Amino acid sequence: MSMDNFGLFYQFHFYLFGIIAIVSAVTFVTRRSPVAAAMWLIVTMFCLAAEYVMLDAQFIAAMQVLLYAGAIMVIFLFVIMLLNLGEASDITDVRGIGGKLLAGFVGLILIAEVGVLTRTGIPSGKYVVARDFLSQQLATYGAVGAVARPLYRDYSLAFELTSVLLLVAIAGAVILGRKESSSAR
Amino acid sequence: MLAESLGLSAILFVIGVVGVLTRRNAIIIFMCVELMLNAVNLTFVALSRYYGMGGQVFVLFVMTVAAAEAAVGLAIIISIFRHRQTVDLRNINVMKG
Repeated sequence: MSMDNFGLFYQFHFYLFGIIAIVSAVTFVTRRSPVAAAMWLIVTMFCLAAEYVMLDAQFIAAMQVLLYAGAIMVIFLFVIMLLNLGEASDITDVRGIGGKLLAGFVGLILIAEVGVLTRTGIPSGKYVVARDFLSQQLATYGAVGAVARPLYRDYSLAFELTSVLLLVAIAGAVILGRKESSSAR
Repeated sequence: MLAESLGLSAILFVIGVVGVLTRRNAIIIFMCVELMLNAVNLTFVALSRYYGMGGQVFVLFVMTVAAAEAAVGLAIIISIFRHRQTVDLRNINVMKG
């Protein structure tokens, strides 16, 4: 794929998935029922996976679907069902006027920061690597190999430390999820 | 498409922040944090085109940390639910002075 010469077909789908992602994210935040919110969040994640494919990150897109939309959201739905929180509570859980004002204020500040950044110094299309670096990597090593080579060469220490993190997380989840009576024994 | 990707990522991040600040259901707040992590991942992927493969590798690390965080956080939520019979933050204000 040529890097800078995006076709109309490409742009149309990029915008299409972006708009679906934003709409479903807004719907997700405003849903009262946790199950409905989780479903809309999954739609957002699938749209982001589509964007990853268009940004030449096919392996990341597959991981997005498998890990985020698959594993993590299933844990969320599992906990919602386990605690029987699926139905929306009759009293709203949205904060009062103070919380809404605070949220709007913070949101406006963040949007304004983005506006300032676009005016001053967003790194707009300056290639640090070669212009066709990514497509060349994909052509030479394949979608998985292009990610795996730096992962196991330059970032191998971080990769090993990740396994420690996962071990700690498993142990922590088991200990926290245990019933009180068994720890008293 | 770098500017569009970064803009989309910023909008999704702001939606996540607003969700964290306006909702009181602990599980939904947690899902908003996941949305913010997703927005940051989009930034990494979009910039990896211009700065090399490191961005995509880092997305993998973010996903791993997110999975660990989800496991531990949801265990904490289950533990809170056992004690209080609710996940509404209005009823979980032990630290309120």
